[in-house]
Amino acid sequence: MKKIFAAAALSALVMGAYAQTGDIFIHDPSTIVKCNGIYYTFGTGGGGLMSDDGWTWRSGAVRPGGGVAPDALKIGDRYLVTYSGNYPGTQGKTHGIATTMWATTLNPDSVDYSAEELVAWAGADDDCYCIDPALLLDPTTGRLWMSYGTYFGAIRIVELDPKTAKRLEKSTPVDVAIDCEATALMYHNGWYYLLGTHGTCCDGVNSTYNIVCGRSREVTGPYVDNVGRDMLQGGGKMVLSAGNRVTGPGHFGRYIEEEGCEKMSCHFEADLERSGKSVLGIRSLLWKNDWPVAADPFKEGTFEIESERRGYALELAVDFVRMQGAGRGFGNASTPNIPVPNQILADVIGDWPKGNIDIRLNDYMFRPHQRWTVTAVGDKGGYLGAPYYKITIEGTNRALAATADGELTAVPQYTGAPEQLWRIEQLIDGTYRIISEKVPGHIGEQFALVCTGDCSLTLGKYNFNDVNCKWNFRDR
Amino acid sequence: MRKLTLILAVLASGTLMAQNRAGAPSQAQASGPVNPVFDKYVQPDVSFDVYFAESKSKPATPDAQGFIRRWTLLDPISKQEISSNTLFTDSWLRTEFAKEYFEGQNTVIPQDGDSVTVKIPRRAARGGMMRMGGMGGLGAAPQQAPAQTQAAAQPEFNEVSLKWHSVDSKRYNVKLYRFAKSLGMRPTEGLFLGVTVVNAPEDMTVRLAAGSNSASMWWVNGEEVLLLSGDRRMVVDDGVSKEFTLKQGANIVRCSVINGPGMSDFCVRFIGQDGKPVTNLTITNK
Repeated sequence: MKKIFAAAALSALVMGAYAQTGDIFIHDPSTIVKCNGIYYTFGTGGGGLMSDDGWTWRSGAVRPGGGVAPDALKIGDRYLVTYSGNYPGTQGKTHGIATTMWATTLNPDSVDYSAEELVAWAGADDDCYCIDPALLLDPTTGRLWMSYGTYFGAIRIVELDPKTAKRLEKSTPVDVAIDCEATALMYHNGWYYLLGTHGTCCDGVNSTYNIVCGRSREVTGPYVDNVGRDMLQGGGKMVLSAGNRVTGPGHFGRYIEEEGCEKMSCHFEADLERSGKSVLGIRSLLWKNDWPVAADPFKEGTFEIESERRGYALELAVDFVRMQGAGRGFGNASTPNIPVPNQILADVIGDWPKGNIDIRLNDYMFRPHQRWTVTAVGDKGGYLGAPYYKITIEGTNRALAATADGELTAVPQYTGAPEQLWRIEQLIDGTYRIISEKVPGHIGEQFALVCTGDCSLTLGKYNFNDVNCKWNFRDR
Repeated sequence: MRKLTLILAVLASGTLMAQNRAGAPSQAQASGPVNPVFDKYVQPDVSFDVYFAESKSKPATPDAQGFIRRWTLLDPISKQEISSNTLFTDSWLRTEFAKEYFEGQNTVIPQDGDSVTVKIPRRAARGGMMRMGGMGGLGAAPQQAPAQTQAAAQPEFNEVSLKWHSVDSKRYNVKLYRFAKSLGMRPTEGLFLGVTVVNAPEDMTVRLAAGSNSASMWWVNGEEVLLLSGDRRMVVDDGVSKEFTLKQGANIVRCSVINGPGMSDFCVRFIGQDGKPVTNLTITNK
């Protein structure tokens, strides 16, 4: 069973790039929804979190009813919220129930939740415990579905009316899984996905909670995993488990930024950087062979930034300096093998221009002008799930920057200016997009690194279906 | 907040028509008006008949997917001291599963209705073996043995009479929680012992594949073949043993499944060298 974790109000701390920052303490978070530019997620015990940028969170979201494990979904211009509760039944036992309610805004100052509708229930002796409701508006049919249940018995799906959020009278719950809880539903490329949380909940750093899924051509199942095992037989393919000093991911929620850029939310039962508290987690969501996979958080480091288009590397437009001391490498097999040192920054930096340097693409030769250090910037905010990054030549403060005319340059010194901040997001195919936080003179527009040729690039509009917009970070 | 009053009223008026094996409404039935909407979906299914049938004399076979559904199960041994499944480490389980609660525990082929006397630590015995009121049950309730003494020095253990039940599961998985509940016994915090006899037409090289909620250990012909440790959920083929030989004729399969709070069940089948479930077996409880 769930425990109720009240979101504690703590001061904002940047704890590294692996978790959100601010007041991120929550359990059983609902799917993130955006209302008037603000991100919201609700948790067990009432209330929830909100964020202006998706990286720095604060408490203050309002949801009535308390209870456990809510979910939220925007339908049209309204917001549908569901949650579950335990209510007294016979013989001193409890029932789980789920209710729905509408709001036209999630702004805590003017939120206007409607009366609740009872939509799912299970008796104390039923082989189901009706908590953890989750919503899916089928993009192919417009029909509204809700999954619910916990380890005790079956996970069930029932259909709701998308206009009223009442349960359809003709809809009889269908069993679709066992031995999981905190389910979610989603649709992708002709498949319906049922995500469930396996493992041990609510045991802090020892929680083995993990998110698995099965898929089906029909929303009502059967949901089958990657080895052909029905989720009614306990099947499930791993989506996310512990790692990166957080344990116990549970309560999956999907957020689609735009085509090809998806995120998933969850809680981690324990963040080892934060006293083992339960925290909000947000990761990029990847798709591999039509299976969802949670991306690892982007890890700072020094990389080749490689174009997906040609495989060329981002570099400073400076002279290619030939390495000395090792000549042509064939025809001398009988001579001793001696390591050849890499070309280093000191070998070449003296010949680089002192001012701005243009940016281009070229064959990767692991030379200093092609080695980029990517570092999270803790005090400049971020975007959904991650902070902004600076991108500098290894061993220098020379930073990649956007120019007012929509081009790229490398400025001699990183100053923290918005045009030197970059949004790095892994796309559903595993490649990345790199977006400028701000192009001088352009407000409200989003510019990404885009190849214009094999060796040239500019800032332009991101398009997932355009290979010119995709990049890889390679450590080699 | 304002709206839940109605909901609560609806729920409070809901009638749970739990039935025992004889079909009689149990004490789970509440007084008050019946809400047809609520009752329409709340179909209590705690009765033995929903999940099990009594074993017949005719040998059973594995189901189409190879699952062994015929078992002789002992009334659960109370383990009320288990407040969390997280204690099910390998070493803890090996100690627990090595305990002999009654003579012949590891050799007997029990028959339906056989009884054994089990020593239960006093804390568990006080609450763990009490029948749950009004839930019906399979045969007579296990009887708490008379207190051995009423002297000031309390015995460390109570002796409890438990009964074996030969059952055929109606599902691929054996729902131990429902088995216990249909007996009117505590369905959680318990140790379940099961025995079945698998008859092979010839010597067969197989693996035993099992899933259990929570931890379990499996023996074939007295040899341990599989341990499932930790806070496990029942997943088909969660753990698969190394290869061993099912000998021609009768092979005795035993399992111990232990669980703390929550649902408990298991499923088991044999997998042949071709990777497919073995179905050409007969299953008896003798």
